[in-house]
Amino acid sequence: MLHIKCPWCGWRDESEFGYGGEAHIERPKDPDSVSDAEWADYLFFGSNRRGDFRERWVHSAGCRRWFNAVRDTTTYEFKAFYRMGEEPPGGEQ
Amino acid sequence: MSQTKRLQSGGRIDRSKPLTFTFNGQSLQGYEGDTLASALLANGISLVSRSFKLHRPRGIMGAGAECPNSLVQVGRGAGTIPNLRATQTELYQGLEANSVNCWPSVKFDVNAVTGLFSPLLPAGFYYKTFKWPKSWWDKVYEPRIRKAAGFGKAPTEPDPDRYDKKNRHCDVLIVGAGPAGLAAALEAGRRGARVILCDEQNEFGGSLLANRQYLDGKPGIEWAKTAVAELESLEEVTLLARTTAFGHYHHGFVSLLERVTDHMGLTSPDGRPRQRQWRVRANQVVLATGAIERPLVFCNNDRPGIMPASAVSTYINRYGVRPGQRAVVFTNNDSAYQTALDLNDHGIDVAAIVDVRPESDSVLVDRARKEEIPIYGGYAVVDTRGGQHVSGVKVMRLNGRGDGVYGEIHHLDCDLVASSGGWNPVIHLHSHPGGTMRYDESIASFVPDQAVGNTYNAGACNGNFALGGCITEGLSAGATAAAGVGFGSEDIEGEAPATGKQQESPLRPMWRVPSRKAIPRAPKQFIDVQNDQTSADVYLAVREGYRSIEHIKRYTAMGFGTDQGKLGNINGAGIAAEALGEDIAKVGTTTFRPAYTPVTMGAFAGRELGPERFHAVRKTPMHKWHVDHGALFENVGDWKRPWYYPKPGESMREALDRESYQTRHAVGVLDASTLGKIDVRGPDAAEFLNRVYTSGWKTMEVGKARYGIMLSEDGMIMDDGVSARIAEDHYHMTTTTGGAARVLGHLEEYLQTEWPELQVYLTSTTDQWAAISLAGPHARDVVAKVVSGVDLSGGAFPFMTWRDCEAAGVPARLFRISFSGELGFEINVQANYGQYVWDAVWEAGQEYGITPYGTETMHILRAEKGFIIAGQDTDGSVNPMDFGMHGLLSKKKDYIGRRSLSRPDAMREDREQFVGLVTLEDPKEIIPEGAQLVEEPNANEAPKPVPLHGYVTSSYYSSTLGHSIALAMVKRGRERMDDVLYSPQADGRVIQCRITSPVFYDPKGERQNV
Amino acid sequence: MSEAIRQESPLVERITSGRKAASPSDAGITLRERPFLGCVNLRGNPDDPDFTDAVKGVLGLALPSGPNTVADSGDITAFWLAPTEWFVRTGANAERDLIAGLEEALAGQHIATNDVTGNFTTVELSGPHARDVLEKGCTLDLHPRAFAPGQCAQTLLGHAGILIRPLADGQAFEIVVRRSFADYMFIWLEDATVEYGGMAVSD
Repeated sequence: MLHIKCPWCGWRDESEFGYGGEAHIERPKDPDSVSDAEWADYLFFGSNRRGDFRERWVHSAGCRRWFNAVRDTTTYEFKAFYRMGEEPPGGEQ
Repeated sequence: MSQTKRLQSGGRIDRSKPLTFTFNGQSLQGYEGDTLASALLANGISLVSRSFKLHRPRGIMGAGAECPNSLVQVGRGAGTIPNLRATQTELYQGLEANSVNCWPSVKFDVNAVTGLFSPLLPAGFYYKTFKWPKSWWDKVYEPRIRKAAGFGKAPTEPDPDRYDKKNRHCDVLIVGAGPAGLAAALEAGRRGARVILCDEQNEFGGSLLANRQYLDGKPGIEWAKTAVAELESLEEVTLLARTTAFGHYHHGFVSLLERVTDHMGLTSPDGRPRQRQWRVRANQVVLATGAIERPLVFCNNDRPGIMPASAVSTYINRYGVRPGQRAVVFTNNDSAYQTALDLNDHGIDVAAIVDVRPESDSVLVDRARKEEIPIYGGYAVVDTRGGQHVSGVKVMRLNGRGDGVYGEIHHLDCDLVASSGGWNPVIHLHSHPGGTMRYDESIASFVPDQAVGNTYNAGACNGNFALGGCITEGLSAGATAAAGVGFGSEDIEGEAPATGKQQESPLRPMWRVPSRKAIPRAPKQFIDVQNDQTSADVYLAVREGYRSIEHIKRYTAMGFGTDQGKLGNINGAGIAAEALGEDIAKVGTTTFRPAYTPVTMGAFAGRELGPERFHAVRKTPMHKWHVDHGALFENVGDWKRPWYYPKPGESMREALDRESYQTRHAVGVLDASTLGKIDVRGPDAAEFLNRVYTSGWKTMEVGKARYGIMLSEDGMIMDDGVSARIAEDHYHMTTTTGGAARVLGHLEEYLQTEWPELQVYLTSTTDQWAAISLAGPHARDVVAKVVSGVDLSGGAFPFMTWRDCEAAGVPARLFRISFSGELGFEINVQANYGQYVWDAVWEAGQEYGITPYGTETMHILRAEKGFIIAGQDTDGSVNPMDFGMHGLLSKKKDYIGRRSLSRPDAMREDREQFVGLVTLEDPKEIIPEGAQLVEEPNANEAPKPVPLHGYVTSSYYSSTLGHSIALAMVKRGRERMDDVLYSPQADGRVIQCRITSPVFYDPKGERQNV
Repeated sequence: MSEAIRQESPLVERITSGRKAASPSDAGITLRERPFLGCVNLRGNPDDPDFTDAVKGVLGLALPSGPNTVADSGDITAFWLAPTEWFVRTGANAERDLIAGLEEALAGQHIATNDVTGNFTTVELSGPHARDVLEKGCTLDLHPRAFAPGQCAQTLLGHAGILIRPLADGQAFEIVVRRSFADYMFIWLEDATVEYGGMAVSD
């Protein structure tokens, strides 16, 4: 049972949250301009990173806000929580 | 004679409170404070079970969680519990226990003959022997193995007890209330931190309960009592005895199992839960879990009467039990000398201390010498003898390397062997969340290295076995933990009690005591006595090529049992290292995983049981009316929806025929309150709907409503519903009953993460509105009697519009929509008025023959019209083109999922398409939902696999049409009208059916537009 | 609306005069429903003074700006739900006037008001074991050090989403629950109190 810090509501149990997969994958602004392969890559392929991983969570049972987190996928340790639209800590991945 | 092995005095039992219990049918007596194991030993019973594979006689071995042998079945009937450790089962009046894994009795076990064939049952035996023929596995091998090997019996009746859960946060959780844990709790508790201190034992004190060490010049247990009294006085300290921390997870989450009433009887009294699972979220975790003594591994070391030395001391000191008459103490370290002294002081003859170390020099050794206990320095016990109990040992001199024995064999008679191979820190909880360990040569075991999170190890679990050191480490861990949550500094504030100085000489690591014969010809040297796993098995595994300790464990089944190898695993690692010719530090141990000791399923289920609490049950404002009118209910999501309303004596089919006839010919009323409702408002509301629905919404005028479908980004249908325009910037959206939360989550996700620039607010209003749906030729007549403030004529209030009005005097929204194909209206009122308005509708409808109908009739009516139900006819793998919904796909704008509709897979010509089916031979036969469709008429005889052409998604009997109807997905279905397909059934029947349009009734939609 | 028009609480089947009379005197917790209170869900931009000032003018109190806090004037209670969302509660039958007042004062702004009077009901739990009972199904830290009057939270109780706030230090709590979950929650609470002598129901 992870302990997750909603950027608004603070620390809550994992049971209050929904998981949203990898963060910072932007929906193509003009889907018609991307190839089938690029669209499939956007839809289906994540980086499946070992170590620090930027991911999305939603505080479903609380304020219903989506936010981002950086979590080490080998230890489950959360390194950061930040709001949608905020710059991820640690620069480019 | 009762309790013949009870010492005259001493122990922490209450001799004024005798308790009667039975073991294998024999009535016996013990005392309050006994465990079942100590009471059995007090009665001279040590043989309690048979081993798992070889059915060798096994006795009480340990005195706590580590005991691999003392499994018993407690009680009978619904409350019976299999595989309890007698060493951790507190005695209560009337306790009834029986041996497991033996038939007909523990003393005469038919399966013990397997022991004679044990050369045929080596490690990996199951994998090798029972492979062929494959078909024999589930019919022959498995049932026989299970019959021979079964541990205990599960109850067949429902558990009569209550179980519960509790969530609790704390600043500092301390696991283990021995000297280190008590010291940590005092240090943190005195500072005002919120502390939970838990211990698996019935009393706090840990090792102090069972040894004779002194603190501040008094017996250690006195210090413990004072500490507990002080902790009890601290308001923010929670003390949990009989509570095992069984799992340590991430971020300070620790699961505890509190045995609330297990010690009171078979079932719990007064509505109290029998057990409670504590789900603790601790800011800081102090582990003071102690150490477990590991036995020495020598030939025939599994006979009843052979025990770890500390267990012997525990039975003497804590329980006042004489575990034997004449003992041999076999050791590689100093601590067992205390056991020799404990035996000697209580008049139990110590035949010898056999010490693998040629020389040793310490306070304890000196005292043993002074007591004139014979000491065999540099010797080893190489074998034992005995039948159902040990009766003697063979002792020989060890060579200098410790890998061989020589010289004269000394035969020593004894009925008790107390062995000690050193101590293993209990690092389980440290390891659960990923804490690392390292090998410590000074104790020849693994100790915590890097802890995860705010976790601290203190005392014996940290490799510090000296009492004074344990207390100091406990104080320090308590201070550090308290400081970590802002209570004081990391400096110790409390004072440690004075301990006597004890000089110790180092142990001599010995994983496997050499025998006169080499492996595998030597008599069995048991590592894991529960699973009959021996040093020869480990050598075999290595010889067969296994290198990793994890593989060796799985090949040999070492540590598989209910004890999880608490006694044997480190010895096993040491012997594996020896067989591999590697350093044990490199071989390491297997992974420690929860649960530390077994946890009942009830504790995980808690009170989330049965139809009322297993999941949430949502009810509509008119629920009681439906109950009162005979409705049967079906679960839709968490909702209870009326399924159908049978009249007395009516079959389901008759009820459905009546409900649909009345609705098609008069008027039916349906409770539609469960549909999801989302209020969408803001300057960009129309743009937002344009992006989330496939069709266009900007041009729809205020006062109108429209059906829409939503796709996932992969182009598959996700949900559907009708949305109405309330104002220029304001829509009322509806979703399917089961999809409401998912849709709102989906919309919020896009709004917050992809399109934050859109000015739109979404608010769930599902529960705000009671929705009363009327359908049928007389629907308008009924509505007219109830509703005021709206012109109901077809011209003024056409299909797919809505109006504000009053219904029975209550402010309402009236929608003209239909899911049945009939003239339809839906009245929405604030939910607290729902029953009131429903009553008014019911009253008004009487003269028109109004009938309530449930979800089943609703399904039939909509299927006759070919309307889909998202989640029934869709499954997340079908797109709108599959349903022929091309007209709902706007070409003028982007929307979620649109790009995916031009992916090659979406454009495939052989996709399954939505069609209708009618049966041919018997027009009234209903094809089962989910049935597969093939072209091959004789599918059952045809070569397999028979190519599949589709499957049935919905299927009903339509009384309106007089025949059955089905909806199905069929490959290229729309171009195969009138083709015949076959549906082979599990019972051998084949149902012949013909493809039709999915719209069976009123294809022009004239009825709903009147 | 006419006097004859009847509202019904979602707990109408549970909270009956018979049930009240049969309530154990030594109950570990006492449940009291406050049905039919006017409830409004309000959306708007808290960083826009035009919004906050206008709302203050209508409510007579400032919306709570801190996450998970409550502003209470006696007549009106406003709970923070999300950065742009509040749950505003007023007296019975006052919700329509309140919404009309808000809509008028906020005309032209990007806001939303929704009558959610029927969407929820409010119950109060009190008694020596109120926290013990809630801890059985709520993962929130309910200790007074962590959750004091003036705070609120949206969380789960069993399988039901709730809005909860402490009324007195650890002894009493107010719970707002969606109407359709109210019956489930009542049954859940009643079962949870068995070991504490049952649940009393009061006016």
